[in-house]
Amino acid sequence: MPEIAASTHAEVDAPRRRGKRRRGRAAEKQRTGVWYPRWYWPSFITPASISLLILFVLPFYVVFSVAFGSVDFDNFGIAVPYYAPWWWSFDTFNLTLSKFYVEGAIYQDPLIRTFEYVIAASAICLVLGYAVAYYTARFATKYKGLILILLVSPFWISYLMRIYAWQGLLDPDGPINWLLSPIGLGQTNWLEGKSITVILGLVYGYIPFMILPLYASLDRIQESMLEAGRDLGGNGRQTFWRVTLPLSRPAILAGIVIVTLPMFGDYYTNDLLGSTKTSMFGNLISVQKEAAGGSTRAASLVLLLSVIVMVPMLYYLRETKRQAEQA
Amino acid sequence: MSATIDTPAKTPRVGYFANPWRKPRFLQATTIGYLTWSLLPVLIAVAFSFNDGRSRSAWQGFSLRWWTADPTDSLLHDAALRAAMLQTFKLAIITVAVVVPLGTLFAIGIDRWHGRPARAANFTMLLSFVVPEIILGVSLYILFTNLLDGYVTLGTNAQILGLVSFQLSYPVIIVRARLLSIGPEYEEAAMDLGATPGRAIRRVLLPLLAPAILASVALVFADCVDDFVTVAALSGPASSETLAQKIYSAARSSPTPEVNAAATMMLISTLLVIAGGLLFYKRFNRGQDTGGASEFVQL
Repeated sequence: MPEIAASTHAEVDAPRRRGKRRRGRAAEKQRTGVWYPRWYWPSFITPASISLLILFVLPFYVVFSVAFGSVDFDNFGIAVPYYAPWWWSFDTFNLTLSKFYVEGAIYQDPLIRTFEYVIAASAICLVLGYAVAYYTARFATKYKGLILILLVSPFWISYLMRIYAWQGLLDPDGPINWLLSPIGLGQTNWLEGKSITVILGLVYGYIPFMILPLYASLDRIQESMLEAGRDLGGNGRQTFWRVTLPLSRPAILAGIVIVTLPMFGDYYTNDLLGSTKTSMFGNLISVQKEAAGGSTRAASLVLLLSVIVMVPMLYYLRETKRQAEQA
Repeated sequence: MSATIDTPAKTPRVGYFANPWRKPRFLQATTIGYLTWSLLPVLIAVAFSFNDGRSRSAWQGFSLRWWTADPTDSLLHDAALRAAMLQTFKLAIITVAVVVPLGTLFAIGIDRWHGRPARAANFTMLLSFVVPEIILGVSLYILFTNLLDGYVTLGTNAQILGLVSFQLSYPVIIVRARLLSIGPEYEEAAMDLGATPGRAIRRVLLPLLAPAILASVALVFADCVDDFVTVAALSGPASSETLAQKIYSAARSSPTPEVNAAATMMLISTLLVIAGGLLFYKRFNRGQDTGGASEFVQL
């Protein structure tokens, strides 16, 4: 046992120089009695890495080549990708970009709308999700298992089906209008491009992703922490604001990132529950992808969306890495 | 002098808000309301697959018309829907068969080798986990219609490659979590007892990883069946359309309860796979309490 401890220490403390790996491998041999060939562990990673290279990295390279390539106007506006980065031209990309900011820009409204919807929907997700997660973690006693299963079950129901279910409910002569008729909203057409419908649809679709990390974090907060808060004179409300909430902050941020990332790329919620009046960034991409000769524009839009989601994505990766190191 | 026993001068506030041990009725109501809101619509949609009429919002009596009875428009007799169902399961099974072994190997390799290439590969893997699906789907579409035009045709092949790309990170994350909780000791013991590294992995590590591998199989399968964005972005001829695509296109035109029946079918198949996976997981994990189904809960 001391031997193992010593060797791990040696590995950690080894100075960073060329001999380090050799020494690490020697320590490994001493520890396990086995000398792994240099190619041994890398060979485990190779197949999946090749798949990643071809099916994840390469597509992005081609997207760049198409977005920064040219268009053959004589041939239905088909994309002419430039694969060599030193040939990249920004003419067609700029043309797409200009639709966001030039006067009368047709892409501007969907862009602004996307941010509005995502912010509104994730705020609702946070408030509602926090309440549910807090109740489940702190107060649900006898029925905790059942509530957890019910909280997880939306994950196993297709997103499409969940949104489709709402389409039936929100039908002009459907159950929702029947429920709302006593307060005079019985004739509302919820599906003709209402912001509130799409926002609530987004909340409905993605809130489970918010609740679970919040629950996991709130469930880990030890009772003694809260008791200490009470002992030091805080009342229930103060204990919540000054102990529980700060302790759950990493989960709040993680939850927000987890729900906003797919919302930014969402287009089918709006396709099923909204109209062109409520179209979002994802709709722009899906429309251009389907349109003849739209590949170049679709590629440019994909690049822009990648830029938008880059910051939350990197933040999330950094956080998960930090948590893995702490654990 | 009987007033020596002091009672507090303050009269205690009575009522709900004064009680520090009050029941959190508001939170409870919110939770129950949320659960109803989140699950009732799906149950209603399932119920309307048994509707006798063409509407999916007005109940016209119970029948199996959309499941089996109708000679052309029921799930059982509609050739297009049957083909879509087959395509869905085909894609899911092939993807599982590719993704789970690749991901498991990758997770083991990442766990043991900490070189710079390994860290870069792991970072890319996690990136592919969080990137919005539409970005990946449309990027692959652009790849297959430009650089690989003529090598990969849109349709089943492209859909499988897309699902592989999108799902590869799931087994990696699940198996990696399990590896971290196992630690290297069992394998070392096996090698102390004379096993070669390969045998130690086959005879000791893989059985220990079996629950995580099974969980990945169930998860990836369910996710593939439910997937819409990737599959739709890479679909070619009508024969490569999956159930999810059928539901989507029907929902945008004139949906009948037949679509509800198809969606219910999809729901049942994913729930069955997940429940089966959970059962096996419990059986494998008997005797060691590793937080139960945390892998299932986390993704």
